[in-house]
Order: sequence, then C-alpha cells, then structure tokens
Amino acid sequence: MELTLLSKEKTREIIARRAAKEFKSGDVVTLGIGLPTAVANYIPEDQHVIFQSENGLLGIGKNTTGDNMDKRIINAGGICVEAKKGACFYDAATALSMMRGGHIDATVLGALQVDEEGSIASWMIPNKFVPGMGGAMDLVIGSKRVIVAMEHTNKGEVKIVKKCTLPLTAYREVDLIITERCVFDVTPDGLVLTEINPMFSMDDIKESVSADFIISDNLKYMDID
Amino acid sequence: MKKIVSAKEAVKKIKDGATVMIGGFLSCGVPDKLIDALVEQNTKNLTMICNDTSYPDADKGKLIVNKQIKKLITTHIGTNPETGRQMNDGEIDVELTPMGTLVERIRAKGAGLGGVLAPTGVGTIVENGKKTMEVDGKKYIFEKPIGADFALIYGTKVDRFGNVSFYGTTRNMNTVMATAADTVIVQADEIVDEIDPNEVVIPGIFIDCIVEREKDLETV
Repeated sequence: MELTLLSKEKTREIIARRAAKEFKSGDVVTLGIGLPTAVANYIPEDQHVIFQSENGLLGIGKNTTGDNMDKRIINAGGICVEAKKGACFYDAATALSMMRGGHIDATVLGALQVDEEGSIASWMIPNKFVPGMGGAMDLVIGSKRVIVAMEHTNKGEVKIVKKCTLPLTAYREVDLIITERCVFDVTPDGLVLTEINPMFSMDDIKESVSADFIISDNLKYMDID
Repeated sequence: MKKIVSAKEAVKKIKDGATVMIGGFLSCGVPDKLIDALVEQNTKNLTMICNDTSYPDADKGKLIVNKQIKKLITTHIGTNPETGRQMNDGEIDVELTPMGTLVERIRAKGAGLGGVLAPTGVGTIVENGKKTMEVDGKKYIFEKPIGADFALIYGTKVDRFGNVSFYGTTRNMNTVMATAADTVIVQADEIVDEIDPNEVVIPGIFIDCIVEREKDLETV
C-alpha cells in the first residue's frame, strides 16, 4: 500500500531537517547530490559545520547567482557556489584522500536500497539506470559515519530490505537510516527503530519495510513541524 | 621554455585508436578548446579516461555524441544520457570505476608505482575479477596503474616553463593526469611570463606544450 499523507516537499523537508540534527560544531560533512544537499539548509547558523566536496572544495557556502556566479567554483553537482571564509581548494587525489582516508566525520547520501546489515545500493539498476558511482563508494567506505537520508519507499516499493538485490555501493557501512516515516540505527544486532513519525502507525512501518527490526525501548516521535 | 601552439596543432598527433586522458569535473577545469579541436579532427576509436562524460553539448560529452570513443574508463556518466544509450546499445565499452580508485591508478602510473591497494569496492562488483589482499586484517583490492598516450589538461595560469596554477575548483584530475601520459598538453586561460614558485601546483617538467585559450584564433 502506498501512503500519500505527505507532499513531496514536506517529505523532503522532514528528512533533511532530521538529518541536520546529526552534526556538531567542527564536523566535516560531505553531502550527496539531490535530497541530501538540502540538509545544509537546516543547520543552525551558529553551528560551524564544514561541507566538503569531491570536486575540490572544503568550506562550501551558498549557491551563487547572477554576477556572483563563477564557473570555476562549483560543487559536486555542477552548481556554482561560494567558498566560505576559511575554505580551501584541492585536487581530486586530496579530495578522495579526505573521503577514503577517514577524514570526513559524516556523510549523508540517498539510496535505492539499504539492508538490515547496513549494506547500501545507490549507484545502479542494471540495464535501466547506470549513472556510475563517482566518489560515493570511497565516501561510504571512508566516512566515520554514514547516514542514509531517503524517501521511505520508491512509489510504494520497499527500500529498507533484508538483503540488497541491487549492486552494492558498500558492504555493511551504513550507521543510520532516516526517512519521512522513521529513523533506524544500524547496530550489530540489526536495525533498531528509534523514532517514528506520529502520522504513521507501527503497522505502517512494518508493512513498508521488509527487513527485520527491533523496536527501541526509547522509541520517540520524530519532529515533523 | 615550452612550445606554445594552437589547439588544432596540439591535437594533430592524436591518431585513431589512441588513449587520451582528459581533465575536468563536469565542465569545470576542462580543456574545452582542445576537445573542440579533437572533435573537429574527428579522430575515432579513442580510449578516453576521464572523471565523467559531462553533458551532451559540452566538452567531453561532445566526443561521446560525435562517436569518437570506443572505450571509456570513467566514474560517472549520469549527466550525459547519450553515454548511457551508447553503452546499452553496445556501441561503447564503458568501465565504471570508483573516483578515488581511478585517481590513484593514474597517480600510481605517474609516480612509477606498480599499483595500489584500495579498500573501495570490497564486497561489490568492483572487486570482480581482481586480486585481493589482506593487510593487517583488512581486505583490499589490487588496482593496476593506468596511463595514456596523451593527457589533455586545463590550467588557469601557465608560465613559459610549463608551470601551472589553478583558480577555484579547477584542479580536479588535471594534476594527476599531468604525470601519467606520454604527451601532456595544457590549455591555459592565460600564459604568463612567470608564476611565483610558491603558487605552482603542477611543475613544468610534466608539460609538453601549451595552448592559450583566448588567443587561440584557429579554434575560437
């Protein structure tokens, strides 16, 4: 069953707002393209989070427009951005050293499937959708914390599964799964449901997830305002 | 002093079947005039090594649309639907590789190393057909060095000694590619007499010839 209680816009807002709570001042964070990019909009002004990107910029600021646009300063999505005070530029070898080498505190990225062991598939659907992995595999394997921020289902199709059937981006690297309906911690014991959107029932969650999961003793409501 | 040539002249030595590395991340820091000259020359059956295939109407993407590429080694093709179409129709052989692995394979070639051990892709299809090795209990994939006959790279400022400096996010793979090809051609936004040695990112010894973007009347 596909539940359509939330608009697309509100869905994305709930996910991005929740993911933004995962950081602390001083964290170096790499955001994936698409929904994860919106996470930056919900970081409190007084929190100093440093955004990194694989195309060579640490200290990504706002998107630039009009006369302030410089095609020589872009983010990984090809959008012109500002370099914040304290920013630096570097080449791809340095960028990927940061990512693979364990120098990124957290990454937020989307996924096609995540499974109960924390494996993630995000870069291809054979013969249908093959964009390539870019820097995603390096990022997922090297980042200290891997947060998947994605819509709960793909038009009703289950995305949180027992075992990924699509080609993996990485084996057992995901730490946290955030959707508009709930939040799962990935633990050695399996998925633990820690938060639920009050608009949904436990049955809604169980029916829309094929992975086994444990319900946390401290289960909380997600903030959806 | 390095040779300063037109884009047309610079790409003349690239023959059918050559392997060419091209710098740039999407359309940023990309040697667009060198690519335009290569499109005009219409050299076929090329093997292209690059970060991505950009957009269909831009730089690296034009070589795909013009069907000059036989084999492609890259990290991302999602911004150019024509690459996906040619791949699905069997017109082009595409090897998709993690970005960090591609960078280090190129760097290994330029640095004279016999390959690298990468943790990236362990437990995924990237591992298929490759040797693996455990180091201190952690599994790695052995990845071979990769070089090219030609590297077409971008530089913001290039001096007459071939020293290259960059502005913004234009460095990307240009730096490693400069070290890993038999012939390295740099397209400069501007050629200057001298760059402060403190500002040099690519040492001039890696560069074979320079093309100046704005003054290159033959292709503008």
